[in-house]
Amino acid sequence: MSFELLKEKWSNRINTVTIGATKDEGGSRTSVVKIGGESTLPFLFEEGEMPNKPAIAMEIWDTFPKEWPDLLKEPFLGVLDKPVEWAKRCVNEYKPDLLFIRLMSAHPEWGNNSPDRIAEVVKSIASNVGVPFIVKGCGDEEKDNMVLSKVSQILHGERCLLGNATQKNYRTLVASCIADGHSIISENPLDINIEKQMNILISDMDFSLERIIIYPTTTALGYGMEYVYSLMERSRMAGLSGDKLLAMPIMCFVGQEVWRVKEARGKVSDFPKWGEEEVRGPLWEATTAINFLQAGADIVVVCHPKSVEIIQGYLKEIMVNEKHR
Amino acid sequence: MLIIGELINGMYTQIQEAISKKDKKIIHKVAKSQLENGADALDVNIGPASLNQIDDMKWLIEAVCEVTDKPISIDSPKPKIIEEVLPLVKNKIIINSTDAQDEKLDILLPLAKKYNARIIALTMDKKQGVPRDRYVRSELAAKIVSKALEAGLNIEDLYLDPIVLPVNVVQPQAIEVLESIKEFKLLSDPPPKTVVGLSNVSQGSKLRSLINRIFVVMAISMGLDGAILDPLDRDLMDAVITAELIMNKNIYCDSYLSAYRKK
Repeated sequence: MSFELLKEKWSNRINTVTIGATKDEGGSRTSVVKIGGESTLPFLFEEGEMPNKPAIAMEIWDTFPKEWPDLLKEPFLGVLDKPVEWAKRCVNEYKPDLLFIRLMSAHPEWGNNSPDRIAEVVKSIASNVGVPFIVKGCGDEEKDNMVLSKVSQILHGERCLLGNATQKNYRTLVASCIADGHSIISENPLDINIEKQMNILISDMDFSLERIIIYPTTTALGYGMEYVYSLMERSRMAGLSGDKLLAMPIMCFVGQEVWRVKEARGKVSDFPKWGEEEVRGPLWEATTAINFLQAGADIVVVCHPKSVEIIQGYLKEIMVNEKHR
Repeated sequence: MLIIGELINGMYTQIQEAISKKDKKIIHKVAKSQLENGADALDVNIGPASLNQIDDMKWLIEAVCEVTDKPISIDSPKPKIIEEVLPLVKNKIIINSTDAQDEKLDILLPLAKKYNARIIALTMDKKQGVPRDRYVRSELAAKIVSKALEAGLNIEDLYLDPIVLPVNVVQPQAIEVLESIKEFKLLSDPPPKTVVGLSNVSQGSKLRSLINRIFVVMAISMGLDGAILDPLDRDLMDAVITAELIMNKNIYCDSYLSAYRKK
């Protein structure tokens, strides 16, 4: 008797989103990144298509990341207070698909830099590296609204991904993204109902559903991964089943969560049984990211060069099924 | 749930006039307003007064298809009319309807298969007439299901209609219909779909909208898959959307009513 695979068939497809615009398209990027477009759960090439490889973004800050553990600072020594140089090092040496710029210097407690000054730095990064950008504010809503609208203008036509829109604070950012042609990160506090609501709020402002990326507020391995995983999976299954308000690509800020936890940042002197942190840290970050890729993430944002390498290797192996492209 | 808009029907004076004057504007307007209010498919019925049924049906379907590529439910008790117009329809098709009689099933099931159409089947035949209870309904439904399988039809394209009757005339029938919706699901795996012609439940009653609304919610809780109804009845549509939400068919959000309408 022959063996037959039981295959799941979905009625809908996840939206395809393009980040970055080349000169011909009105921007100045030397590459663009396409994500989404799946008609199956991740990597099930027998069931449907996964036309675009998930993208890896590397995180940089526009100010010295004083809270980062030493082992994460080490690969970037000498450039951590020079955002342009930091960006160049990431892009040239580690080859991520995207660069994520966290505008931390806007924060009242992290320098309180002016929108104009921040925009200048971003502009300078844009003229020095060619990959597409993800840009996010510092978390202070009032300040972010001022800074992001300025940065959005500076990056007009570059088709970036700007964030984060939250239930309490989304209108200004949506307006900027409409005016300057960017896509938007729609954040929810690990809540599928708010996730859907956010997307409807954004689309009620006449923003195309096809330019929204979902950020479901993720976690680090060991800190509720199962919950995040099943939420992402449920949302993806609803999207594939025809819920247009959930048929968006998903992104995860992996580094931001992972480098807070002791399993990643703890020194071997404090946890002698856990092994060298140089190995353990990036492994923790990469493993967390790979978990999210399996749950449906289309973009993972990481900090450590070694994590980028591990995830690149993983994707190369698992996306081997070229015939389905 | 499959919402089939019922308003393009020669029973309504406006539509009858449009047919006799060949005035497409009215048809376009009624078609569009139903779609804008959540109809997934449009029922097209020339009504009893038509003198030239085939030509009228062709004209009416053509008029509707000019404004939508959504599925068209070709509504006629006469297989001949359905057979004549089928080749002309480019949209997806719902054949509305067959019943449990061999002479109809033998013509319409192969046509459904040939045109890749869905088909509505009323659980009645000449001998039984309108079925008196859930048992007769199930018996006839079982016959339809086995005939459909024989004809090679994808069983999920079969919509069994247990025949809703006016509650002010045959009150005990409502519960029989509701139970049938649940029982039909046991007839095959995957199960056949179910559909009701909703407005009949309130025919001749005073509080029509309320009766329709409550009945459809009860039917949805039994697993109803589709209804032929008036999508312009906003309260009714809100009730349908909410019932589907309670049945966990869609993911909740505060604006779930408008989320549904965005689909």
